[in-house]
Amino acid sequence: MRRQEDPTLLRGTATFVADLTVPRMVEAVVVRSMYAHARIDAIDTMATSSLSGVVAVITAADLPEGVGPIPMRLSSSPELVQALQHPLARDRVRYVGEPIAVIVAQSRYLAEDAASTLRVDYSPLPAMASVDTAMASAPLFEGLTANHVYHRHHQKGLGSEAVAAAPRRLKMHFSIQRHTGMPLETRGLLAVPEAERLTVYGPTKVVFFNRRLLSDLLKVPLEHIHYVEVAVGGGFGIRGEFYPEDYLIPFLAQRLQTPVRWIEDRMEHFQAANHSREQHHEVEVGFDDMGHVMGLADHIWVDTGAYIRTHGVTVPELTQAMLPGPYDWAALDTELHVVLTNKTPTGTYRGPGRFEGTFVRERLMDSIAATLHLDPLVVRQRNLLQATQLPYSNGLKALGHEVELDSGNYPAALLRASNLMESETISQRKSEALHTGHLRGLGFAFVVEKSGLGPYEDARLVLQDDGTVACFTGLADLGQGTGTMLATVVSKELGVDRDRIHVIYGDTDRVAEGFGTFASRGTVVGGSAAYLASAELKRRIVAVLSDVIGNGAKMVMHPSGIKVSGRTRTVSYREVLHRAETQKVPLDVTQRFTATAMTYPYGVHACEVDVSPETGAVHIVRYGVVYDVGKAINLDMVRDQIMGGVAQGIGGAVLEQLVYDETGQLQTGTFMDYLIPGMCEVPDIEVVVTEDAPAPSNPMGVKGAGEGGAVGVAPALANAIADAISAPPEAFTTLPIRPQDILRWIRLGLEHRPRGDEAE
Amino acid sequence: MIENHMSYRASYTLSVNGQCYRVIDVEPRLLLADVLRDILHLTGTHLGCEHGACGACTVLLDGRPVRSCLMLGVQAQNKSIQTVEGLAGPNGVLSPLQEAFAEDHALQCGFCTPGMLMTAQFLLNNNAHPSRLEIREALSGNLCRCTGYQNIVNAIERTANADNASENSVTKR
Ligand code: FES
Ligand code: FES
Repeated sequence: MRRQEDPTLLRGTATFVADLTVPRMVEAVVVRSMYAHARIDAIDTMATSSLSGVVAVITAADLPEGVGPIPMRLSSSPELVQALQHPLARDRVRYVGEPIAVIVAQSRYLAEDAASTLRVDYSPLPAMASVDTAMASAPLFEGLTANHVYHRHHQKGLGSEAVAAAPRRLKMHFSIQRHTGMPLETRGLLAVPEAERLTVYGPTKVVFFNRRLLSDLLKVPLEHIHYVEVAVGGGFGIRGEFYPEDYLIPFLAQRLQTPVRWIEDRMEHFQAANHSREQHHEVEVGFDDMGHVMGLADHIWVDTGAYIRTHGVTVPELTQAMLPGPYDWAALDTELHVVLTNKTPTGTYRGPGRFEGTFVRERLMDSIAATLHLDPLVVRQRNLLQATQLPYSNGLKALGHEVELDSGNYPAALLRASNLMESETISQRKSEALHTGHLRGLGFAFVVEKSGLGPYEDARLVLQDDGTVACFTGLADLGQGTGTMLATVVSKELGVDRDRIHVIYGDTDRVAEGFGTFASRGTVVGGSAAYLASAELKRRIVAVLSDVIGNGAKMVMHPSGIKVSGRTRTVSYREVLHRAETQKVPLDVTQRFTATAMTYPYGVHACEVDVSPETGAVHIVRYGVVYDVGKAINLDMVRDQIMGGVAQGIGGAVLEQLVYDETGQLQTGTFMDYLIPGMCEVPDIEVVVTEDAPAPSNPMGVKGAGEGGAVGVAPALANAIADAISAPPEAFTTLPIRPQDILRWIRLGLEHRPRGDEAE
Repeated sequence: MIENHMSYRASYTLSVNGQCYRVIDVEPRLLLADVLRDILHLTGTHLGCEHGACGACTVLLDGRPVRSCLMLGVQAQNKSIQTVEGLAGPNGVLSPLQEAFAEDHALQCGFCTPGMLMTAQFLLNNNAHPSRLEIREALSGNLCRCTGYQNIVNAIERTANADNASENSVTKR
């Protein structure tokens, strides 16, 4: 089934924000801090302002009194407010890349020339480039007592006492490196003032929220701000949040009364857009000789960067709340520590908190198995929640909801993955691989995801006189094909060809409200609203035509009109609308779907690898994902989501890393040293989408598919590599996994291998 | 230094998708990508990194793929440039490769797509029946953050196979 979005994208005629130009448009470049931590003593804009082609230079001193800071959108907490970011740094910078000034010029070339002449006098301050340094340093903000800015403790059952009392224990440290979404299109905005109104092109994800925020910050009425979403080159969590530039560019357009465009460059993106993922876990797990887990204790340390941004503590809280996963833990004791450092601030990235937590938990399961010399699949089966135990809650909360696993058959999913990967015969393949000098391994990871965050979404359907249907939604599209998804839902329900459904989104003059596309909520919440609206529209059409349709007859919506079974006459859409008008039954329907709880898709990642004992290089022989989405609206698009997610997961598992030196300088600022997986690094992926466990909380039974592809890769790969080289339980607890780590464990294994083994 | 940039101006002719464009009185330092996008308004060529690493800006120059973010517009004089806008037929019909991309969902956000299409077209022009591995190697310099690549490989393979089937028939386009 083809996607509605593709024709213009394939022709090169789709409009991304950088493709827009309007008369009198000028271009902005943001001048950013070169230091991780410094006092700004003075900024001299004189020379820069006088350059030819330069239209304006603004610093914090030019902003209205009292503007900012940018508030939290999700997971806010009072203790975080002190650490919110203002649009421009005033007298202190706290990370490399922090905006200090904006230069507006006739072209981007001239603005960049001018940027290099701006004089900023800094007094460098000691930089905190790690959690450890930050814990031992003075607080970054006045009003804070420590850089340890947020703490949350959760205990279930006897907590760490249960761990201490277990017959066997494993204590391990896990590290997940800083990396992030890195959409291929950088951010950008075009703000156009027209009379008292301001039209802003380029927002996405949470268009309506951001518009409200801009109206607050600019102190103009909401109706005076018109947001227009255009084509978007990928989001993955980081894009579409309200950043300093989302205030600065509209502010400049308003101040200068001329259109202002800002297109972020890639190096800027590395420093300015949200980072994600960097965590350290100090874990202890207690279990018995059979591999039954008895308790889990974890200190989760999160390097949140220099400011709290719109996500508040979403990522840390999700980490903690989703850490237990699919297993039946009698005791949990988890403590969350969020620490400010002098790095780019952080936010969500596809599968926030689950990428990190799943790595920890699923690597731990294999470590338990290795300790006991048991098959990791057996250990998992012994601990999985049974279908009859669901719904199930550990009492943890995230995004304002208690995490209650709603439906699923976890053991069945694991079995299916095991069959898919032919795990019965792995030992045979291992010995075959040995003949070619490779070490073969097979690894699994169970993932439990969340989706369908509320509060609600509306869908409005309007029947047109040509028989097409306009579908208005508050969702956004960052590349995942929101329009196609909604058109599919409506088309199925109404029986109208899919290409006759026109989806309208992202324009605040045309759509009244919406909560946007994130947290795998689009299909669950927006799709359900469209489903309800379709049913209601159909009901009304039937009512309007009741005398024609009669009892038991069926209607079909053809392009030329409505056909009724058993009748020859086709009722034209003009007539349908006319009848509707006289009967006062509007064929303009709005329905709301309110999500009272989140819904939890789940599945298994599995991979088979060959490891070269000489180089430590890993070749992925097979990669399989079994994923249950309750009900798939468009199977191909579910698979698309999983495959794309796995590619990003591979990046996070073995390639991508945002490296800082001890002075807080970002060392990986280009695609030459921050490695995104390319075509030769991502294998073909076998995706099995199952529909075993429909969501009980929405009419179609759907669960979101957006993030499950990314979250299980690191542990599946780590477990496969560990299996290949027969690594000890404590191996591979640090991401990304590098060939040199693998070689080190191979060598250690050789040193410690008892004599006689060699003969095998 | 800045005054210098302002004072030297250049005018030149570019041949893009078989059409001649006169570029008048611009800074000589304009990148080919910026000339295509901002002066000729052919915005199908995208910029993902501006440092030669992502391949989104790939165009064909005298039939060979180049990164339009790494060369100046003036350097493309007297050469023939092909961009994504030139792939579809004059009647707007999608090319077989574009059709296959749609069929196989070889794109999600579509930002990498123009560069993928141009590089893949170059591959198919020079190797009518590439293996999957050859496809992967030929496109290893084009990054996609959405698809995981598999569907892109499928689409290119599908185009090659379809071509195979109709090898002896006259191409319509
Ligand atoms: S924009 Fe030219 S290679 Fe990335
Ligand atoms: S489709 Fe989005 S980058 Fe390739």
